[in-house]
Amino acid sequence: MPFSKEPTAAGMAVRTALILFLFVVAFTTVLASMHALTAPAIQASAAEEEMRMIKETLPQALYDNDLLKDAKELPATAEIGQDQPSKVYLATLQGKPSAIVLQVVAPDGYSGKIRMLVAVRSNGELAGVRVTQHKETPGLGDYIDPKKDKNKTRPWISQFDGLSFAKRTEKDWAVKKDGGQFDANAGATVTPRAVVKAVRKALRWAEANREQLLANSK
Amino acid sequence: MITWAELKTIFQNSNWNQNPCIVQILGLCPLLAVSTNLINGVMLALATIIVMSLSGFVVSLLRHLIPYEIRIPVFILIAATLVTVVDLSINAFMHEMYLILGIFIPLIVTNCIVLARIEAYAAKQKPLHSLFDGAFMGMGLLWTLGLLGGLRELIGGGTLFSGIESIVPTWTALQILPADYPGFMLAILPPGAFILLGCMIAAKNWLDARAAAQAKLPPPEPVATAGCH
Repeated sequence: MPFSKEPTAAGMAVRTALILFLFVVAFTTVLASMHALTAPAIQASAAEEEMRMIKETLPQALYDNDLLKDAKELPATAEIGQDQPSKVYLATLQGKPSAIVLQVVAPDGYSGKIRMLVAVRSNGELAGVRVTQHKETPGLGDYIDPKKDKNKTRPWISQFDGLSFAKRTEKDWAVKKDGGQFDANAGATVTPRAVVKAVRKALRWAEANREQLLANSK
Repeated sequence: MITWAELKTIFQNSNWNQNPCIVQILGLCPLLAVSTNLINGVMLALATIIVMSLSGFVVSLLRHLIPYEIRIPVFILIAATLVTVVDLSINAFMHEMYLILGIFIPLIVTNCIVLARIEAYAAKQKPLHSLFDGAFMGMGLLWTLGLLGGLRELIGGGTLFSGIESIVPTWTALQILPADYPGFMLAILPPGAFILLGCMIAAKNWLDARAAAQAKLPPPEPVATAGCH
């Protein structure tokens, strides 16, 4: 090959950069179209999942309304860990508010945010707590999800059922290792600590804003 | 096309001679974090099979278009895109399966076994060969991860197949050791995973050495391995 035909360093650089650019464009297009294609189905199953989760936190006997319809948007609220607007579901029984379901985030899980639903009855008692999304270590920290909890008869997350600040003081509202009253499995303390703290803060906030939250219906 | 003999070689390489878990020691980070029980280990391996065969096939198809100098960023781009595509499609079209496999798929992006096989195999071989290489490497991972997860679960908690009820609702975990077995936390924690993995590698090298001795051959050099996370 004659010397003049040898690609120069600059020419090579431009050529490789161009090829890399084309690859990026091509694969980003694949990603974007895949996202657009799957987004409706993913959202639909997420909504279905949401309703299923709410049913687990809130006993059926406590409400007779369509919770997904009677949901209100809350502005970003630091007390429940939400830096984005979130939803609050108002449960009513024969027209009377009976409970609210909050979307709560524990920002300090072992690997990122733990999202959960916290149902608070109108008398200030927790009706139930369920983890909806988390990235905790499988087999170690994931027992906060009752599906992964080995203890099927009394899963870890059911400790919250029926609790209120009247029954358990704020000081005891921590895992046993930190001097509180909540159990935690050995080897994974960060995860339950984050959940316990987030539920405590959310319950405290719900109590402080009880009137507004329950009056939200009309 | 691909012949039976070639397929057999790839199979043997993936499952024994070049086993990603106990010979290449690749992708330890998700591997050790997830293999706390048998079901988790098997699930991660299944997700890896899907991603590795797909990424091997696609890279091999495009291998003549990728300049050598920028192959690594392009490989990463392809692998990350495919993992996301698999993640999204399973979520959208096979939601039941997503609930089980979902948390394992994003872990594979960080698993360098995918990149390693692309670089070592798919970048040089034909698409179909690369597809099988990816699938069989995933299978090699399947039995080793299953074994490691099973051992950890058995020693750590005395059970096997815990978590199976999320796949087949009517089945439950097997209690192998007596129900009052106190559990051995070390096996569940990452150090236990390293110790057991070390034992498995030792067992593999011992089996190889014994086979070589029986065949009156000089024992094979233990394969130099360069692990990565």
